[in-house]
Amino acid sequence: MVNILLITFAISLIYMGIANRLSTYINILAVQGIILFGVSFIELIQINTINLIFILFETIVFKTLAIPLFLNYVIKKNNIVREAQPYLPDFLSVVIITCFLLGSFILSNIITGVHIRKMFFLVAISALLSGLFIIITRKKIITHIMGYLVIENGVFILSLSAGNKMPMLVNSGITLDIFVSVLVLGVFVNRIGNTFEEMNVDNLTNLKD
Amino acid sequence: MFGYYLIIGFLIGIVSMLNRNCMVRIILLSTFLAVQTAITVYAYFHLNEISSGYFKSDALGVIFLCVLTILSFTTFYHSFIYLKHRKDSSRSQSFYFAALIMLIIVMTCAYLASHLGVMWVFIELTTLSVAVLIYHERTPLSLEATWKYVFICSIGITITFIGIILLSIAIGETEITNFSFNAIPAQLLRVNTSWLKMIFLFMIVGFCTKMGLFPMHTAAIDAHTVAPPPISAFISTTLMNVGFVSIFRTYSIFAHTSILPWMNTILFLCGLISIIVSAAYLLKVTHLKRMSAYSSIEHMGLAAIGIASGGIGYFAAIFHMILHSFVKASVFYQIDQFHRNFKTYMINETGNYFNRNLPGALVFLLILISITAMPPSGLFVTEFWIFKALFTSEHIFIFILVLFFLSIAMYSLAKNFLYILFNQTKDLLPAQEKPNPSETLTQYFLLALVFYLGINPPSGMINLIQEAVKNLL
Repeated sequence: MVNILLITFAISLIYMGIANRLSTYINILAVQGIILFGVSFIELIQINTINLIFILFETIVFKTLAIPLFLNYVIKKNNIVREAQPYLPDFLSVVIITCFLLGSFILSNIITGVHIRKMFFLVAISALLSGLFIIITRKKIITHIMGYLVIENGVFILSLSAGNKMPMLVNSGITLDIFVSVLVLGVFVNRIGNTFEEMNVDNLTNLKD
Repeated sequence: MFGYYLIIGFLIGIVSMLNRNCMVRIILLSTFLAVQTAITVYAYFHLNEISSGYFKSDALGVIFLCVLTILSFTTFYHSFIYLKHRKDSSRSQSFYFAALIMLIIVMTCAYLASHLGVMWVFIELTTLSVAVLIYHERTPLSLEATWKYVFICSIGITITFIGIILLSIAIGETEITNFSFNAIPAQLLRVNTSWLKMIFLFMIVGFCTKMGLFPMHTAAIDAHTVAPPPISAFISTTLMNVGFVSIFRTYSIFAHTSILPWMNTILFLCGLISIIVSAAYLLKVTHLKRMSAYSSIEHMGLAAIGIASGGIGYFAAIFHMILHSFVKASVFYQIDQFHRNFKTYMINETGNYFNRNLPGALVFLLILISITAMPPSGLFVTEFWIFKALFTSEHIFIFILVLFFLSIAMYSLAKNFLYILFNQTKDLLPAQEKPNPSETLTQYFLLALVFYLGINPPSGMINLIQEAVKNLL
């Protein structure tokens, strides 16, 4: 069951490569939140109840509801163009993200000597790489944040793979989540929206040599 | 003791955020400085004492805590001058000082943390509090710089977190997993090599954002450009020291495993490319603060090379960081005065500083001598030791490259500083205001410290540094 969920997560990464509209990105993030809810429920069922409830609450309320709704609100409020405006053609994005999946598959099979759960490792590393890829190749500031949230989800999966031994790690991952969502998303996105006409990275090129 | 420090410090921070009265603010800040001094003195006299479970006053932490405490006095003083001349509202001054107090507290915690996870959390918090300070001037430029800084630092810190998770997976098979810096090395001996390499790479890339080393150096540069000058002084000294401490601690926990030569190669690469990048940008830079920022990156590269070359290099790297902190802080304090005189940071719109502000110009001249490591300055001694370590570890090729790019950096720094000081070919606007000569006293004090520590280092400091590196030798 866990494997099916993780494979769905990996497929959602590929789908992110061809997604054109910002609302599709938001939906993908929400779906990833539900997948993480499922994975953490199955994985962490043995740890103590309060901790479990906290983590589940975080995935379902934060990742699945609050962040997508908030992103929607930001897009509406700042009149952001609804297209993602990638620098690369969609086809190439899909090929590259597939290469990431393949690469992390090979990497997880090369590494020996440590009892790592391959599926978790594979999906986490490819989420990290695809998140960075999305940050680099998309034009909008809001898609940068979405790329960051994908990285975040990858880190969450990685921490789940060690989670039933060390719930403390999962918790600190969650604090990282809250830190970023509240500060970065809330304060600065709105500021940038108020200061510049369009929320593009082109506006952020004044500091250079 | 450390618990009390945290509680009192946070209380003072909160009160100074709510307070709007100037007199009360001065009282609060002096109380905070007294508390900060008290914890420093306490930590110095109680070496290796564990407090509150996760903090330990070990030698490395205490050294940089002393630097932080000395610089907090001068930074508070120059912040007052800076805010007075900007005529900021009382409210924004309150936020400024509250954020500054928080920054000092979290940096203290990051120095003294004896637990990997705790150190990571406090490094993350430094990003938060320094973001408020970078954004102090509320211009579109500062918004851009803050956004870039926060975003790049968050990604860096996430990458470090991945490294920490991988580390926990690697050593997680024992009954008790202990993440304190003393306990990790023993647990790492069973882990296989490729896994160790991966963990080290993830952790070092993340910490490079704080130290300003090559792969992630860009964040700090932009932050320097727009931050208030006293804050720039903090970013390029104590905050970079946080990065240095974290990299040094990471290096020490891996130092007894089989990947030591490989780690040295990575650090050589980071350091060398940092020096090359900074030398290249120094050639074309036109903004005085960006110039100082690139010079900081060059010195960070030197420190990384010092660690990588081993032997006396460890000692020299720590010493270099201490002295560099004092020099760089005085650079930025003087840049504040310079900006009030010319109303610009652009080098080619200025000149003839010697006639316009003699005490400040003398500071710049002394800074030029210290920062390019000319003999009476202490940095000469440490750079000499770093080169000696490079020589004894038989890295002649790297040695030649470093020397070559350092001389390019030296040329550009000298060219720009001398242009500011002596160029009389331009018709400049009359000085906007004559800075008070007594404001330069702190800078003379810090520079005197640099010269004195280089010539005659006190035995207490030498012992502390030796204690800090004794596990590596």
